[in-house]
Amino acid sequence: MPVSLLWAVDVYGRVYSLSTAGQQWEQCRDAQMEFKRVTAAQQCCWGIACDNNIYLNVHASDLPVRYQEETYENQRWNPVDGFSERLLPSDRWQWSDVTGLQHQPLDSFQLPSSSWEWEGDWYVDENFEGEPTEKGGWSYAIDFPATYTKDKKWNSCVRRRRWLRYRRYKAMDTWAKIPSQQTTLPDPFSDISCGGWEISEEPRGRLSLWAVSLQGKVWFRDGIYHHNPEGSLWEEVFLPGEVIQISCGPGDLVWAVLWEGQLIVREGISRDCPKGSSWAVVESPSPDVGAIHVAVGINVVWAVTKDNKVWFRRGVNSHNPCGSGWISMVGEMITINVGLNDQVWAINCEDRAVYFRQGVTSSELSGKTWKAITVPRDGDRSHSSFSFLSTLDSAGCYFCGEVRAQSVVSDAESDTEKGSADGANIGSAPPAVPEEESIPGEGEVKAPCAGSALSPSQSGGPLDPQWSNVDLEEAQQAQTVAVQDTADTCSLSSVATYTLAMEDPYGADEHPLWAWVSGGGCSVDSHSQLNWFNFSMNTLVSSVQSMSLSVSPAQTAAWRRQIFEQLSERTKREMDNFRHYEQAIEQSVWVKKGTMQWWRDWKPHKWIDVHFALEQFSGPDGNKDGILFIYYNYYEEKKYLHAFINEVTILVPVLNDSKHTFAIYTPERTKQRWPIRLAAATELEMHDWLALLSVSCCDSRGIHGPPSKQAIWSITCKGDIFISEPSPGLEAMPYPTPCDQMFWRQVGGHLRVVECNSVGIVWGIGYDHTAWVHTGGYGGGFFQGLASSTDNIYTQTDVKSVYIYENQRWNPVTGYTNRGLPTDRYMWSDASGLHECTKTNTKPPSPQWTWVTYVSFADFVRRRRWARKCKLTTTGPWQEIPPIPLSDVTILPCTAQSSVDVIPVWAISNKGDVLCRLGVTALTPAGSSWLHVGTDQPFKSISIGAASQVWAIARDGSAFYRGSVSARSPAGDCWYHIPSPAKQKLKQVSVGRTSVYTVDENGNLWYRQGVTPSYPQGSSWEHISNNVRKVSVGPLDQVWIIADKVQGSHSLSCGTVCHRLGVQPVEPKGQSWDYGIGGGWDHITVRGNSVEPPRLRLPSLTDPSSRNPVPVRNTEVNGVGN
Amino acid sequence: MADDKDVLRDVWFGRIPTCFTLNQDEVTEREAEPYYLLLPRVSYLTLVTDKVKKHFLKVMRAEDVEEMWFEYEGTPLKWHYPIGVLFDLHASNNVLPWSITVHFKNFPDHDLLHCPSNSVIEAHFMSSIKEADALKHKSQVVNDMQKKDHKQLWMGLQNDKFDQFWAMNRKLMEYPTEDGGFRYIPFRIYQTMSDRPFIQKLFRPVSPEGSAHSLGDLLKEMYPDAITNDGEQKRYQVVIHGIEPLLETPLQWLSEHLSHPDNFLHICVIPVPTD
Repeated sequence: MPVSLLWAVDVYGRVYSLSTAGQQWEQCRDAQMEFKRVTAAQQCCWGIACDNNIYLNVHASDLPVRYQEETYENQRWNPVDGFSERLLPSDRWQWSDVTGLQHQPLDSFQLPSSSWEWEGDWYVDENFEGEPTEKGGWSYAIDFPATYTKDKKWNSCVRRRRWLRYRRYKAMDTWAKIPSQQTTLPDPFSDISCGGWEISEEPRGRLSLWAVSLQGKVWFRDGIYHHNPEGSLWEEVFLPGEVIQISCGPGDLVWAVLWEGQLIVREGISRDCPKGSSWAVVESPSPDVGAIHVAVGINVVWAVTKDNKVWFRRGVNSHNPCGSGWISMVGEMITINVGLNDQVWAINCEDRAVYFRQGVTSSELSGKTWKAITVPRDGDRSHSSFSFLSTLDSAGCYFCGEVRAQSVVSDAESDTEKGSADGANIGSAPPAVPEEESIPGEGEVKAPCAGSALSPSQSGGPLDPQWSNVDLEEAQQAQTVAVQDTADTCSLSSVATYTLAMEDPYGADEHPLWAWVSGGGCSVDSHSQLNWFNFSMNTLVSSVQSMSLSVSPAQTAAWRRQIFEQLSERTKREMDNFRHYEQAIEQSVWVKKGTMQWWRDWKPHKWIDVHFALEQFSGPDGNKDGILFIYYNYYEEKKYLHAFINEVTILVPVLNDSKHTFAIYTPERTKQRWPIRLAAATELEMHDWLALLSVSCCDSRGIHGPPSKQAIWSITCKGDIFISEPSPGLEAMPYPTPCDQMFWRQVGGHLRVVECNSVGIVWGIGYDHTAWVHTGGYGGGFFQGLASSTDNIYTQTDVKSVYIYENQRWNPVTGYTNRGLPTDRYMWSDASGLHECTKTNTKPPSPQWTWVTYVSFADFVRRRRWARKCKLTTTGPWQEIPPIPLSDVTILPCTAQSSVDVIPVWAISNKGDVLCRLGVTALTPAGSSWLHVGTDQPFKSISIGAASQVWAIARDGSAFYRGSVSARSPAGDCWYHIPSPAKQKLKQVSVGRTSVYTVDENGNLWYRQGVTPSYPQGSSWEHISNNVRKVSVGPLDQVWIIADKVQGSHSLSCGTVCHRLGVQPVEPKGQSWDYGIGGGWDHITVRGNSVEPPRLRLPSLTDPSSRNPVPVRNTEVNGVGN
Repeated sequence: MADDKDVLRDVWFGRIPTCFTLNQDEVTEREAEPYYLLLPRVSYLTLVTDKVKKHFLKVMRAEDVEEMWFEYEGTPLKWHYPIGVLFDLHASNNVLPWSITVHFKNFPDHDLLHCPSNSVIEAHFMSSIKEADALKHKSQVVNDMQKKDHKQLWMGLQNDKFDQFWAMNRKLMEYPTEDGGFRYIPFRIYQTMSDRPFIQKLFRPVSPEGSAHSLGDLLKEMYPDAITNDGEQKRYQVVIHGIEPLLETPLQWLSEHLSHPDNFLHICVIPVPTD
């Protein structure tokens, strides 16, 4: 879990943050003034300061926020001047946007605010649709508007070129004022809440920001996304009443509290309409006491009523944003906040401490207990009363706004209290009145909202009594208690406490008094280990000590070293001289049996019940071995199938929605493309079997512990990660180890891309673009206990979107309908249209996944795409590298002799930025920071060769070569544009020692001809193969691919690992393919394998490495076979 | 760098080379050859000495044979202590192989428990595991296990199947992350100099302030004499599985990695040899 921050404001308006790895509140010293409220996202924090302006603090990132401005220069040819700026009166502006409709000369571009600066001056873009243009960057056409080409022809009468200029957001890590819109904002803001980043595909781009003004109006900030962090303008949102506070969750939940104490829920929020369309009203949890505060997450709503009671809303999700009922929770709080992963923080009304809700999981959203965060603030002990006084002054003035605002609330509330004292019925009557008013009020709101046919508010209205009945039953019991308390607890004790605190500053300094907390940027979950508790000033020293013990790399702790050393001494002392003694316990056969289902070999294929047994025994040389048996009935006849454990090459979990299945391959079955497929009764049973079989396979091959540095890594289309230890003969000439004999074992985790090199640096990228670095451990996932290391395993999550399509057919009578023809695609299908899905039957990819957001849609012409995100939580030897999401990464492949200290790592961010990682060494594989490398368009693939030659593919499908990359200049100096093969758009590149291979979007594999040290860009592309999905070229220039459509003797497979045979220095293109494991494979990297094959001239018997056909544990780096 | 899992293997596969000789007072038909065997440190004497018994019975008459028992330098060896504990406690600083005398007569009833069959060892072993889990998890884990799971633990020990044993035992080693460790650490401290068989009290892995307890913390409370203070001559060795862990070693880690299969951390405090 990467480090992230919890933000809070104390009663004096000082802003603090607490790191998830930290043990003290750090004051945000940059803040020149006091703040009332803050609301955080992972990449920034918004706040309302005491001057009532809104400020934004964008966290510094290695990836700068850049915005590309563009404008077009247009010219027409005339016989006198040739091409000139003299245009016809009917023509477009001489300077215009791409459509020609907007007049935009260079000097019309202004910086949007003082937080921006220009990166450089305007320049001409010389790249035209992936092709370099003649000097000047002009493209030609017959007339405006028309199709432009880069070549000037006889009939080219007009031309245009694109000018570019970048501006950069400079106000990083500082509170920058958002320029106010004088015209439309009459009154200052009193509350603010950001969220909504989960609605859209872009993981960290777009944000929704909601604000409440002192007059109770609600505003939505439009146009906030990565390249425009400040947003563009405030839009007013019409309301059924006056709002005092609002909360926006990471997804599509937005709730607000009305003056009268009811809550309103925004409906109709989707990717295309982040602002939503209408409001629905939800009654306060208790009929007599209005709500004062609300906080929402993805699937939760928490509320606080004026008597400081805490409430949890049941049954909230995207389909039902209003939820179904209130549950009274323990604790008395003044405010509450929901952060990432639906985690909850609150400020207690008694001691003003920040409390964290422990035990909140996706299955138990309401959590277990409140736990106080007891860490001190920085400088808590050094703070003198002097520094305190200075803040007092400002505190006095800045709260006046808020105090005034709230005093109105307390007046209103004391009225109702009086009412309830006077007569029993009156207390409940007043809240009923605004409720009736609010429904017609909402009817008015509906009108401007584009008259959406199905109004959620309509369905919300009649529903009200229904759910409020439910509420009342539940809430009533808590109510009796709550009402009694109201009398003596001042519901707005917040105001009173401020005064108290100000009168007694010394008392206050003993422990902080908090006013506001925001966990929107704080990434914790129920697995996180936090050091925020168990902390009091007295135990500070001892806790720090214990911290340092657990934080210091545990592996290097002296006590651990001592144990390892002494155990090996003990082995020497007590065992080494006595190996000839007889063992007290004879090794015997151990059999494990079970029942499973087997996908039978004969037709018609189907699942049949079988008995399954694994017999393990010690081989004659002490190696463990085993046989697995499948006992089945064939036409009433008992038969069995068996496989030797030492012949099994891989165990692949094949999770689908109805069965827990896995496949067992041997070399023979890989050739057939027909594995042994088995299904266990439960997921747990399957994992037990997989873990056991896997240990057994590894034992029989003598493979233990972490992967070697030479390991080959691959990933299946399910995101499962496999590694294979390359045998020394794998790249031998002319008889390499056949690919189908490679043994693969699984490591925990879930990735889309993995890349490695031969010094043991391994990076991965998840489906959600999170970057991960391999910790050097093994196991994780279902490999618990022995098959897994203990220290290097961390929790890993991944999120992926699942799409289903709604297909409609045009019919001459009814137009597009969902009534299809029998031959048509299913009405609901996957992208291919061949597989039937429905909104209800579509399950997550496997039982490991859970849905996190619900179906939302994007319109297509005749089919609509519904997207849904699901989330997987597993464990593996991976640690997150925050914060920039990546789409590709490459690590310098080191050759056997090289001794590189700092290893170049290049990556592409998910927005297409090219990044160069600094500080990557064998000891610090995650590196330290990113260096941004500018490009004129987004990139999508990158690869660095052994001689630091960097190649990349841009989004337009053309290739780029980076010049002058070296150890002294890790980012190089400039890009050389290399056109793609004719009419093909490249999508991926891999560079080995000298070879450069690319794959295009049509599955063709290309080799770059003519690459020499003096001319590294090469001269032309040569076609090698088709049906290729991905290529990986290693430090020996070995070429491996993932191929589609490989025909086996029993079945066809897509996504197959293949090895290029016959690759030699004189023939780098090789001759033919050898087929390995698959289908279902998505990615492979062989860039760690720098083991030179044994020389052919050496008789193989004298080569020590070839005597051992299986990979040896802890194969020394770069040493074998040379 | 070695992995913590390797510690488990090393602990499990620890062997003590032993030379069994028949007590000279036993009546034999011919001279009994000594018998050499590698004894698993984590097992029990009577569980792994079938071969020894068979070997000596060959030279004895059936009527001269009573229950077999073992003695080292005059001390009867308690079979219900793990073998490694017996060795560390009584013989760790002596020359290898460990020389054990085998008796078939005069069973010392006041020193040793009878062990008529392996089921007695199994009952003893399982009750230790249950006692340990009562301390660690209020018995929740062991009670959730099925009969066959218990059997798997026992069979794992009996047949020296590390994987089989640990596939089940790992469940006994889990704990909620937020607790930072077990409820109490199941440990026993043995000493040769006292009449008390061993020290066993309640001790938590984490202090009330939240810091992790170390081996030193445990000894300070249970057996302060075992700790060598500054400037003092070292008087005692604190031995677990034949090694002396540093006193700052976290107790929770020790309990997870250096416990015997019975789930207890057996700690031997022995005087430093005077030579």
